[in-house]
Amino acid sequence: MAELESRDSHDMGMHDEQLAGRTQQIFFKPSAEENFTYPGAYEVDFDKETEFDAADMSNKDVNLKIRDLMSQGYGSITIRNPGAKHSLGVCILNRLQLTFDGSLGYFGCGLIDGPNVHIKGRVGWSCAENMMAGTVVIEKNAGSTFGAALRGGDLVCKGDVGSRSGIDMKGGTIIVGGKTGMNSGFMMQRGRMVILGDAGQNLGDSMYDGTIYIAGKYESLGVDAVESEMTQTDIDWLEKKLSIYGLKAPNGVENVRKIVSGKKLWNYDNLEPSEKKLIL
Amino acid sequence: MCGIAGLIHKGKNADIGKEMTAMLQALKHRGPDSTGYALYGKANAKQYVMRIKVAEADDVQVSHSKKGGWGIHELIKERKEEVERRIKEMGGKILSTEQPKEYAFRYTFEYDKNLGDLADFLEDLEGVEILSVGHGLELIKDLGDATTVSEGYGLGSFKGTHAMGHTRMATESDVDIRSAHPYWAYPYSDISVVHNGQLTNYWTKRRALERKGHRFASSCDSELIAVYIADKLDEGKTLEEAMHDSVTELDGVFTYLVATENSLGMAKDTMAAKPMVLYESDDFIAMASEEVAIRSIFPHEIDTYDPYDGVVKVWQS
Repeated sequence: MAELESRDSHDMGMHDEQLAGRTQQIFFKPSAEENFTYPGAYEVDFDKETEFDAADMSNKDVNLKIRDLMSQGYGSITIRNPGAKHSLGVCILNRLQLTFDGSLGYFGCGLIDGPNVHIKGRVGWSCAENMMAGTVVIEKNAGSTFGAALRGGDLVCKGDVGSRSGIDMKGGTIIVGGKTGMNSGFMMQRGRMVILGDAGQNLGDSMYDGTIYIAGKYESLGVDAVESEMTQTDIDWLEKKLSIYGLKAPNGVENVRKIVSGKKLWNYDNLEPSEKKLIL
Repeated sequence: MCGIAGLIHKGKNADIGKEMTAMLQALKHRGPDSTGYALYGKANAKQYVMRIKVAEADDVQVSHSKKGGWGIHELIKERKEEVERRIKEMGGKILSTEQPKEYAFRYTFEYDKNLGDLADFLEDLEGVEILSVGHGLELIKDLGDATTVSEGYGLGSFKGTHAMGHTRMATESDVDIRSAHPYWAYPYSDISVVHNGQLTNYWTKRRALERKGHRFASSCDSELIAVYIADKLDEGKTLEEAMHDSVTELDGVFTYLVATENSLGMAKDTMAAKPMVLYESDDFIAMASEEVAIRSIFPHEIDTYDPYDGVVKVWQS
């Protein structure tokens, strides 16, 4: 695996170890290209475009069709009438521009590594679960457990999302354009979550690491989640990241609040459980 | 897992039988064991519609089983005659009788006394269970998927203002009509409930409600919600107040729908652990465990969302 060289990320303005949250995302380095594709990955051309109608297809057939088109070198695929079917666009370990002209059901775009996905409708529960790299951009709302166990890449919902967004998140970035429900960032381990609207109760509950940025209000913070001071690096990163997706913090990025782990919950010390309870 | 769905048209009658069948068929994968409907047709204040069963589907299909015995067909005839005799004895006047299944009947009748007394008297008969009584409500449930039940009971032409439905995956009680949803809020006319989830304080609440005189027909935790709502209404609370109480007083993970003669409501537990997708427009509201059910009646693109934890909503027809 290519080594992460800090100057590469600094050049892109997207990574700085001063941030409390770290990411497992590794930035592309041309000299290590072979490490960024899977054996058997398809050679696709983004200029080679095609589309098909999924109205009368099963979810399995849709996913097989995507693979078949990639094997023919198609790099830009549009799927009409996805009809909120479940598990569409999953396990794509390839470069690809994929557009869904409608809504997805549960587990859409799970376990992907590399594609750029644009969903013009809404997504159900567990969108982009375990996503490793790439981007998923949703124009409307999303269901619960949005980006559960996310490992890398950018997952963006321009509308509201349900509860437990970013649960068990291990890296990458989740951006929510609207509100998010309760227990968002629950047991977050790494990565960054940006919420431009309000959040429900227990925000960042039991988070181990990572960073949550929130522009609106939260009902309550979860156990061991604490507010931290925004730095200029945070502001710069937010500004750049949001601009990529045409989003803005309602009152400016300077007024966004930052939530991190208080790090009193986990086993850094030799305290007995009863003593931990006293601290918390 | 189970799937639930609901829809309500504001100010007009529509093909709710056909619409609900499409929605429930789309949810078949969430529960293939049984399917149930609560359909609200045009209410007639002068008469009741009663859906009743006098045996289980299995009793007839496996007529040599212990439950039904060899004489089940004769027994069904005897029970039907006794039901009709008892309606008349209580002062009711039967207007029509339909028999969509050998064990399931639909009666319309006039009756102006206490509905609970009549219901108690009828259910005192062995094997008899009232599925619903109301001026507009008709509750139909049976084994199989939505298409099977709809065709078996002729629901495709049913018109009305609102409806709920349920596809059941049996997890905590038997695969039979008794444990299928929806549940009628016995003995309150026109109130019914469908539920997706598990109630963890079921027995505590059930014992308390039984001590107050409420009856339970099954051991399905979902029935508790119907009885619980009936009890709250008995205390003088509004439907919305009763539903708000339920969010804090019922333990577990749940999303449920409740309907009355002219309204449809939904409630979600405080952990938001069970799914619900909602579509709202000026004249029509639809909701389901999965968006794919709503899509089954909308060919065009629509905006939907997930209600958050502890949300209670009620719409009027």
